[in-house]
Amino acid sequence: MTVKIVLEHLYLVFLAVLFSTAVGLPLGILAYLYRPLRRAVLVTSEILQTIPALALLGMVMLIFGAGKLTVIIGLVLYSLLPVVHNTFLGLDTINPGIKEAARGMGLEKWDRLFSIELPLSFPMVFTGIRIATVTSVGVAVFATAVGGGGLGSIINQGIRTQNMRLMLSGTLTLMAIAVLFDIGMAFIEKKMNQRRSA
Amino acid sequence: MNFWELYGQKLITAVGVHFLYVFSAVSIGFIIALTLGILLSRVPSIAKVVLPLISVFQTIPGVVFIGLLFLSLGMVPATAITALAIYAIFPILKNTYVGLLSVDRSLIEAARGCGMSKTQRLFEVELPLALPSIIGGLRISTVYTVSWAVLASMIGLGGLGEFIYIGIATNNNKLIVAGAIPSGIMAISLSLLIDSVKKRVSYSSGRRGGVK
Repeated sequence: MTVKIVLEHLYLVFLAVLFSTAVGLPLGILAYLYRPLRRAVLVTSEILQTIPALALLGMVMLIFGAGKLTVIIGLVLYSLLPVVHNTFLGLDTINPGIKEAARGMGLEKWDRLFSIELPLSFPMVFTGIRIATVTSVGVAVFATAVGGGGLGSIINQGIRTQNMRLMLSGTLTLMAIAVLFDIGMAFIEKKMNQRRSA
Repeated sequence: MNFWELYGQKLITAVGVHFLYVFSAVSIGFIIALTLGILLSRVPSIAKVVLPLISVFQTIPGVVFIGLLFLSLGMVPATAITALAIYAIFPILKNTYVGLLSVDRSLIEAARGCGMSKTQRLFEVELPLALPSIIGGLRISTVYTVSWAVLASMIGLGGLGEFIYIGIATNNNKLIVAGAIPSGIMAISLSLLIDSVKKRVSYSSGRRGGVK
């Protein structure tokens, strides 16, 4: 029963991070390649994260109804910012000398992007994904308010029935998940940076 | 009867209550965080232990925290403000600490060479230079607090969350929108306001960094 709820929570987070990467990465590249769109993309993702999570979920619910789809869309919108910003910054802060060299070797724009610039900025992008993941674990608690289940349902039930044990078990599980993801992904990040500088 | 006649008065009160929560929580959090940040920056060895610990606490969802305080303090506004203030501390604390530590050592040396005392160096050199970073933390805290104050209604303390909760529970779309849009606007405009303050106090505007 509890395992099912934890899995449900992880499922929501996993899909949300998957889609926010799938959407955020191209948006970050777009902001990098097309200067006129840059401000619009970066500011929009910032505004989306400024909106209170529950308010955002409530508004998404108006369109998509209660359920998991709403939760995932809400989470994706909410975790777009770190992915988009870090993709953009990762690409933008590559040593200009390297870009120049790639150009000098006669690589086309898209070749440069896929074989030089994106691989070099990947550690930064990954940091963005890590932040998105940890944030999603926390925000997914609101899923229960719009009928998405997950650990939030246990916590809510605990609060409503003033059951301290239930509430704590939900919270501690949630914290453990968030911390484990954070530490695990930070570890991978460190490995990547080591390889990059070696 | 149209929506405005029915809920207008309540909505204005809710916006006021919401803002009051945010304002008092962030003010309290700011004072505590600034003090702690300055103290921690004097002893980085302790900070290296304390900061990760606090960031673990930060993963406790706001709902739980408000719930816990509710059980111990009861249904008074102090419950919400305490919980929100505690949450507001961390981003400011972290940015104060990082901001103070990233002040160029040679500038502090120079200040010492000019005969400034420790306190003078802190207040006249280090803090002014760390100010953009501190205000950046203030902005993050404020935006989060607007978002978390929505939860205050969960324990019956009003604010804009009340509209959202009741709207979701009774399937009343107008109520959801009436709560969501003002809270979104409040968060965005406070964020822009603090950003413009930050721009005015920044000495070097060329700095940039990723979301950390």
